[in-house]
Amino acid sequence: MNELPTKSYLNDPKGLKSWLLTLDHKRIGLLYLFSIMAAFALGGIFAMLIRLELLSPGKDFMEADTYNQLFTLHGAIMIFLFIIPSIPAILGNFALPLMIGAKDVAFPRLNLASWYIYILGSAFAVYSMVAGAADTGWTFYTPYSTETTTSVISMTLGAFILGFSSIFTGLNFIVTIHKLRSPGMSWFKMPLFVWGLYATAIIQVLATPVLGITLLLLIIERVAGIGIFDPAMGGDPVLYQHFFWFYSHPAVYIMILPGMGIISELISVFSNKKIFGYKAIAFSSLGIAFVSFLVWGHHMFVSGQSELAAMIFSFLTFFVGIPSGIKVFNWVTTMYRGSISLKTPMLYALSFLFLFTIGGLTGIFLGALSVDVHLHDTYFIVAHFHYVMMGGTVMAFLGGVHYWWPKIWGRMYSELWARISVALIFVGFNVTFFSQFILGSQGMPRRYYNYLDQYQPLHAFSTYGSWILGLGFVIMAVYLVHSLFKGRVAGSNPWGALTFEWTTASPPPHENFATIPETTHGPYDFDKIVPKRTLTED
Amino acid sequence: MKNGSSHSHHILPPRVYLGVGAALLILTAITVAVSFFNFGPYNLLVAMLIAAGKASLVALFFMHLKYDNKLYMTIFVASVVFLAVFIILTMFDTLRRDDIYDIGAGPIRDRAVMYDSVAVDSTITGADSIEAVSDTTINQSPGQ
Amino acid sequence: MAQATGQPHFLQHHFTDVEQQRESAKLGMWIFLITEVLLFGGLFCAYAIYRSWNPDIFHNAHVHLDIFAGTLNTVVLITSSVTMALAIRSMQLGNRPATLKFLITTLLLAAVFLVVKYFEYSHKIHLGQLPGKFYTFGGIEGTNPHIFFSVYFLMTGLHGFHVLAGMGVITWLIVRTQRNAFSAEYYTPVEMTGLYWHLVDLIWIFLFPLFYLVG
Ligand SMILES: [Cu+2]
Repeated sequence: MNELPTKSYLNDPKGLKSWLLTLDHKRIGLLYLFSIMAAFALGGIFAMLIRLELLSPGKDFMEADTYNQLFTLHGAIMIFLFIIPSIPAILGNFALPLMIGAKDVAFPRLNLASWYIYILGSAFAVYSMVAGAADTGWTFYTPYSTETTTSVISMTLGAFILGFSSIFTGLNFIVTIHKLRSPGMSWFKMPLFVWGLYATAIIQVLATPVLGITLLLLIIERVAGIGIFDPAMGGDPVLYQHFFWFYSHPAVYIMILPGMGIISELISVFSNKKIFGYKAIAFSSLGIAFVSFLVWGHHMFVSGQSELAAMIFSFLTFFVGIPSGIKVFNWVTTMYRGSISLKTPMLYALSFLFLFTIGGLTGIFLGALSVDVHLHDTYFIVAHFHYVMMGGTVMAFLGGVHYWWPKIWGRMYSELWARISVALIFVGFNVTFFSQFILGSQGMPRRYYNYLDQYQPLHAFSTYGSWILGLGFVIMAVYLVHSLFKGRVAGSNPWGALTFEWTTASPPPHENFATIPETTHGPYDFDKIVPKRTLTED
Repeated sequence: MKNGSSHSHHILPPRVYLGVGAALLILTAITVAVSFFNFGPYNLLVAMLIAAGKASLVALFFMHLKYDNKLYMTIFVASVVFLAVFIILTMFDTLRRDDIYDIGAGPIRDRAVMYDSVAVDSTITGADSIEAVSDTTINQSPGQ
Repeated sequence: MAQATGQPHFLQHHFTDVEQQRESAKLGMWIFLITEVLLFGGLFCAYAIYRSWNPDIFHNAHVHLDIFAGTLNTVVLITSSVTMALAIRSMQLGNRPATLKFLITTLLLAAVFLVVKYFEYSHKIHLGQLPGKFYTFGGIEGTNPHIFFSVYFLMTGLHGFHVLAGMGVITWLIVRTQRNAFSAEYYTPVEMTGLYWHLVDLIWIFLFPLFYLVG
């Protein structure tokens, strides 16, 4: 029978102060876990309220202005407070040093600072909610964002500050991966999650500063009226969109790339088979990161940008499909003739494959200039990016959380309830958002408070889906919290995985390893080594 | 020096720094001097070439890129390349935005009946009508 | 933990040796520098676009900048880069008094730069050559001449802010050097600040011709 180690990073040292001033990457990961989950809950509640209002046409229970504020808050919170930091800051912080056999990240103090900056940025965002929430949509497009009376400045300032948090995390990870790998761990012996984080970090440090300067310009424009985005003064609002999307398109890959890294881990471990095409997956991460900087104009096909630019951006957008396709084919091939075990993390990985493929392929439709002109700003877009972000990133995130949960806490959640929750989330998600593809193709515009009667059945269907989805998350919250106290002790390697984090105790000691591990095999050499599982089947 | 860390500390003689500083000052003098001559459209090019030369000196010697791990050089050059991509792709829009005004409306088919009543010339051809329409109504001046 | 006895006090526990710590700091600094490049990059992009749209305004407005002040500031910043480089070199050789001397010179030159900038700005404010709705100057032909000054103040303002931040860090370095915190074995903070300072110089090398010379 397994037992929890008496001393681990969780209880050594004790006390609130030791947590708030911790330099331990695992604890900082947990600080991020709690704060980001709070943001996710908040954004989720806003989403449920939006769907509830849209249950029938006209006013159900909130004013149109409130509705505008709610979808702005939902978007801004989910993007800036939840999905961008989620995987890197929580799971990356926790797992990255463990996976490369390091004692910590390269700059522990910077790591802690990034969490405090996150909290500061979130505080501005929350302040914006009480001080007359912004109603611009999460993109803060000018000229409306410079004119509306709502609190745009505190929200953009929040996003600006959160950008620093993101940059610091990215900077820390790049240096950690370059300089702190344990002896013998060459670049191509790194787990693929590390490759995903590396590609993500490159985007974080290259793109986020441009968001910073963009939001700064927006704030200056709003405060001082310098006219840089104001056509009446010779400025150009479309320039704002260029600036904004030069960050925000690559930001989509900040969200999805680490998720893809997690999927690579899950598919290999739960197929008990060596990953197919390791190098192809690793390089395709870098490929996606590179291409992501060349395609931002596909968000601007109806903005009035030049025909030439629109054609170039449309053409370049299709190239994103190549590395993404490479990954999907490699994952599917990995599973082929593997010994697949349908544990909860694997169920999330399979959901990811299914939903991300839909999200990715509809992205190809939307990248096509002529099609986008029709579908732009309809529910088709809304459905597409929820399939990529929620169906992709969130599924991968949840898969990762369930995969590393026993490592983080040393205890296992209830597999039965976890599977029920996956099923509800998967079904609820598709009910909510597949209906929105149809709505969009029929012409339902996004961000509208009211709609024609003919759209009502599908809107109602979508709202019912959000209830199923919400139920799935509530169940998850309950069994995860329950597992902390009553869960079975998992032991060091409950899944039979081969990467370094599973060689140390669960939960790991303060400095991760008793002795720094040496790389003796690849991260997925299931053909050569049969790892010992510490948790038997129920 | 101890701790075995001295091998990568590349200590340059002071004359390198002073020499580079002098070169930078001379280039400054040159760029100011040439700014009083008008090379027309090449003014910007000349100024930027000199600035790029100065920047390279700073990066290579003051920032030690010439002697350090080539990774730093790669990172730095990559950031400049990405910046160039940003500016160039944006300018594909901003410099060509007015092209839309050159596109005139015209009949889809040469001899559609519906155009006969509005045609200036009854023996209209497709090319003529495009010109006629765009000359009169569509050809506005650019907004910027 | 795994540290052998006799490890230097400045080695943090999660690094295996001094060299690893030093290289990590340097790589981190370079990554920080490229975020600065991209931060200024947005404004360079704005400059390129507004200049391409308003070549005449940019030309007519740029003659109102003081070439002498701009050249003087260029000379000042270049000299401060030389003294910064020499400060690092002195610390590499363990020469603390020389390091202090060069750091203080650098700090003073930075102050001179900002003083010159202050006189330039107050002259512009006096004439009303200002961004956006604050523009009241009447001597420039063309529509929207304030755009030039919007870009000018944004870029030189952000750059000036970086000079100010640099002065803060250099002051901290001077204090630390005085307290004997650095040696020929450990001078990473001096070296990192130097990299930052050279980048600030490097950006000015582009701002100077773009605004003062070609406009
Ligand atoms: Cu995009």
